[in-house]
Amino acid sequence: MKFHKEHLIEICIPVIAVILALIVGSIFIALSGKGIFNSYSALLIGAFGSKASLAETLVKTVPLIFCGLSVAFAFRCGVFNIGAEGQLLIAGVAVACVGYAIKLPAIIHIPLCFLVAIIAGGLWGGLAGYLKARFGAHEVITTIMLNFIALKFTEFLVNGPLREPSGVSPKTPHILESAELLRIIGRLNISIFIALIVTGIIYYLLNRTTAGYEVRAVGFNPLAAEYGGINVAKNVVLAMFISGALAGLAGCCEVLGVFRYFMPDISSDYGFQGIAVALLARNHPIGVLLSALLFGSLSNGATKMQVIAKTPKQIASIIQGLVIMFVAADMLVRYFLPKKKKE
Amino acid sequence: MNILDIFTWSLLTVTITKAIPLIYAGIGGLYSERSGVVNICLEGIMLAGAFSAVVCTHFTGNLWFGLAGAIIAGTFMGLLHGVLSITFKVNQIVGGTAINIFAAGATEYLIPIVFGKPGATPPLAFTFERQDFFLSKYFLIYMAFLLVGLTHIFLYKTSYGLRVRAVGEHPKAADTVGINVYLTRYLCVIMSGIFAAIGGAYLSIGESGLFSKGMTANRGFIALAALIFGKWTPLGTLGACLFFGFCDNLQSTLQGRVPIPSEFMLMIPYVLTIVAIAGVVGRSRPPASSGVPYDPSER
Repeated sequence: MKFHKEHLIEICIPVIAVILALIVGSIFIALSGKGIFNSYSALLIGAFGSKASLAETLVKTVPLIFCGLSVAFAFRCGVFNIGAEGQLLIAGVAVACVGYAIKLPAIIHIPLCFLVAIIAGGLWGGLAGYLKARFGAHEVITTIMLNFIALKFTEFLVNGPLREPSGVSPKTPHILESAELLRIIGRLNISIFIALIVTGIIYYLLNRTTAGYEVRAVGFNPLAAEYGGINVAKNVVLAMFISGALAGLAGCCEVLGVFRYFMPDISSDYGFQGIAVALLARNHPIGVLLSALLFGSLSNGATKMQVIAKTPKQIASIIQGLVIMFVAADMLVRYFLPKKKKE
Repeated sequence: MNILDIFTWSLLTVTITKAIPLIYAGIGGLYSERSGVVNICLEGIMLAGAFSAVVCTHFTGNLWFGLAGAIIAGTFMGLLHGVLSITFKVNQIVGGTAINIFAAGATEYLIPIVFGKPGATPPLAFTFERQDFFLSKYFLIYMAFLLVGLTHIFLYKTSYGLRVRAVGEHPKAADTVGINVYLTRYLCVIMSGIFAAIGGAYLSIGESGLFSKGMTANRGFIALAALIFGKWTPLGTLGACLFFGFCDNLQSTLQGRVPIPSEFMLMIPYVLTIVAIAGVVGRSRPPASSGVPYDPSER
């Protein structure tokens, strides 16, 4: 019975955190002089009101799933990857190169693009893992710095060598048709299914394989893992590689499915939002799906809310920040839960 | 082009003005990190300070009240980070990330609500730059250098500084000899918020005379980089800030005149920080307990 109770609390904390964030968020809405109920209902309609808006919500959800998985996977190994943003950008630009420069039949072209994304994102993430394993450089600092290096580097590429010659704004040329992912409605494409499959793979990898067991063991207690014969350094690099690869897939799906070209703006801070997603999901792959959907609908709904209810759409970031604070401060949230009786 | 054309008087002055916000935020981060609280929300605090300074100046018509507004905003943000990371023992990176997202969202959200127009506030009638000497932005510049000196003396020559460092290195030992670990950390994180907010205010009411969304443009993170590159010391941070300011300035001076793309110049602070933290040249080591919440019941 105790087991079930702990599980229930694990589920309750994110839910209460979201509710608290919405309540505090409504203070901000009240500040703007707009109706709280009006704004939230406009947000809901904006996110789910029609087929088109639901599709756009899912478009926003897909990269959040990948980035959420990315952060969560590294977390399970005890490594804090805040470099998903940079890994996404590096993979995105690499995919765009392969997407427009190489002429191949679609059946080879698309898998090749995904492979390139995995390798590019993985190496960018693995670099931070290597710096940690080899030199003890803290991954938080190196990944922050690698984010900016990736941003500047891709800005250089789209302004210089990779710039579409006839283009007005700095971006790469369109990818070839053979690399495009099939679209379903609007910009929604089959990458949503890829995201679901990858989530399943990550769940399986973490919970049902030796490699996943080792990764989690290092996350629980690196010293004990080392004592048990697990190579901690190797697992840190591996976890960061996989984490980077997952963020890379987000960039890949953005380029192949949503935008079909690359520019640094393809990511609306998905890498950072991934931290929020992973945290709300308590680093569980299935939870990532749900929290990515929540934040995806929040950001898409807020855009429509601004049009309908005239409440500034930045309320989405405010609520997102608050959600992270409340989830992280689970001591505070536990305070609102019924007190556990002493056994 | 003569290479000496680059090294002019204006290069020096512009370098200093570009370094000032970094110095304030960097020294702010220093207080927090030396007491054992990682502060990656300098960026968010700078934004809050810059915004609050403009709002207060706008409504009071007095730049000093604007500066006070920034200090109040900084105190509040520092306190928020403190409550999360000290009292609630939230992972400090997570708390900092949340504050960054929150501050970026909240400032942009409040612009249209306070000023009626999204994106940027209308320009103020006056800034520190256009005032008489004592009020001029030089005041904020001199104060920045003074702050570095005072911080150095405080940290290394006073018993209070020793306490701060002890709390950052080994809180348990500090607690044992009667230092209040929580109080020390709270005060340091609040100081950190105040200085970072003044750095933000320098950008808004000091230089540009308005607030626009995301106007700090990652300076909070560059300040963090400077802090690390400066090996968590006040003088080192000052040197790193001046150097990063110089790179930023050189980048805009050289743009289009040399074949090095400006993006690569802008990368320099970040690359150097990675090199420094990886210890390839002169290892940069953080305070031992930075990032670890203090729990007296743990052994």
